[in-house]
Amino acid sequence: MKTLVIVEHDNENISSSTLCAVSAAQKLGQDVDLLVASSTNNIAEKAQKIMGISKVLNFVGDNFKNEIAEDLTACVLEVSQHYNFFVASSSTTGKNLMPRISALLDVQQISEVIEIVDNNTFKKPIYAGACIATVESQQEKNIITVRTTAFEKALSEGGSGQIENIDIPETESRKSVFVGNELTVSDRPELTSADIVISGGRGMQDGNNFALLDSVANKLNAAVGASRAAVDSGFAPNDYQVGQTGKSVAPNLYIAVGISGAIQHLAGMKDSKTIVAINKDEEAPIFKVADYGLVGDLFDVLPELESKI
Amino acid sequence: MKILVPIKRVNDYNVKVRPNQSNTDVDLTNVKMAVNPFCEIALEEAIRIKEAGNAEEVVAVSVGTEKNQEQLRTALALGADRSILIKTEMEVQPLDVAKILAKIFEKENPKLVLMGKQGIDGDHNQTGQMLGAMLSIPQATFASKVEINKDSANITREIDGGLETLSVELPAIVTTDLRLNEPRYASLPNIMKAKRKPIDEINVEELGLSIEQKVKTVKVESPSEREEGIKVDSVDALLDKLRNEAKVIE
Repeated sequence: MKTLVIVEHDNENISSSTLCAVSAAQKLGQDVDLLVASSTNNIAEKAQKIMGISKVLNFVGDNFKNEIAEDLTACVLEVSQHYNFFVASSSTTGKNLMPRISALLDVQQISEVIEIVDNNTFKKPIYAGACIATVESQQEKNIITVRTTAFEKALSEGGSGQIENIDIPETESRKSVFVGNELTVSDRPELTSADIVISGGRGMQDGNNFALLDSVANKLNAAVGASRAAVDSGFAPNDYQVGQTGKSVAPNLYIAVGISGAIQHLAGMKDSKTIVAINKDEEAPIFKVADYGLVGDLFDVLPELESKI
Repeated sequence: MKILVPIKRVNDYNVKVRPNQSNTDVDLTNVKMAVNPFCEIALEEAIRIKEAGNAEEVVAVSVGTEKNQEQLRTALALGADRSILIKTEMEVQPLDVAKILAKIFEKENPKLVLMGKQGIDGDHNQTGQMLGAMLSIPQATFASKVEINKDSANITREIDGGLETLSVELPAIVTTDLRLNEPRYASLPNIMKAKRKPIDEINVEELGLSIEQKVKTVKVESPSEREEGIKVDSVDALLDKLRNEAKVIE
């Protein structure tokens, strides 16, 4: 049997989380095919170059411009009989889509996998990362979403997969319609793929103070994140949120500023290679996971840091 | 219209949950239990829709043991009109819960199902989407804004890159994200009144379903701990370490 990975994209580029899903899928030791549903052929042409994949199943139609779960589900079901593993990243797109497929194939999905022990056994965080569960599935088909920080990215060049164009399955009249979006525009790298991330917590005191993080981030070419406490207080938009209910990141350098280190935040960043904590409370739990801790007032530390980088 | 709100009983979110001694499961002995925070947000939204005159009835439903009555009483005190408890002693997984809720949906015929995007225990984030698929109705997950029109709803969703708005035909499933609203607290008079509101009990077998548990938990352990690092006393010392020891900046 074979493994099918659902490709996520914005009709121009393939998302880096898909590359992580591909490398997770390759650990299952089966042929890996990709499913692309897009408004252009451009994505399938990029997908076929991903290292180590066999085939690209290509669905092209205007319906697929916005990754509506109902439409993508119909594509996956159309080809599902050839596959016993279905893999996507645990991005909001993967989370939105995969359970819909699972229900129709009568499969209990396994979410946020961080380790593939063998083809029936998986590890995943539960209780906001406070515990790690090892789960076993004896199902004929398995559907998993993988946490991207736990798997390295497959190479986006060097592969030579074959593109197979597939007719769009007939779907009932569309009950779910895209109205619009407001995407955060930034010149800086994306949070989940940045080499350096600097995040602010409740200690930032005000949304305007995030400008202090921005200046440091600009110098380091870093992405800016936030703790849930900062997001809940309205200091930063929700898509900045790092943690169990937000994004998981694992950059080379993670700088936590004014973040106490609640378990929910740690769950989203503790796999970072080097962690720096800047906090005026020397008892803050964040220091327990930091490689380098600096006890001090962030309003003094950040400008000094910015001037000396 | 009628709104159905599933309510999950979970650990209180302030409690740090640990593995049990034999590492077979988590240890919930003496842990305070509560309504799942995402479900509370869903219930709050349902009550606000009713208060705005866009719904007539809010029905809370929970799957589990007699103990779930506690959480249904909370839902009734917060403003649900009545509630249903689907009784089972078995541990239920999202696929099981979605099948149960689909049966309740067919009995109740709600125009909207508002539910939490995930339980803070298993962190699956599956049940709403599964229910939508089983019923062939649209879904709008991770909602941060809900606008009810006559036969449709405009839902703003929190996605990785920002926000997305969908228009879904009703009936639909909406799952809630954190920023949709801030749930109210139950007042004492409402807590008293809730004692007289009904909780209908149904055994899961009466729905013609059996619980399958297709995925088994074989081990639960604490995550590996990072070693505590060192404290530095100045920005200069920090930059020196980052440049020359960790070699993560230039």
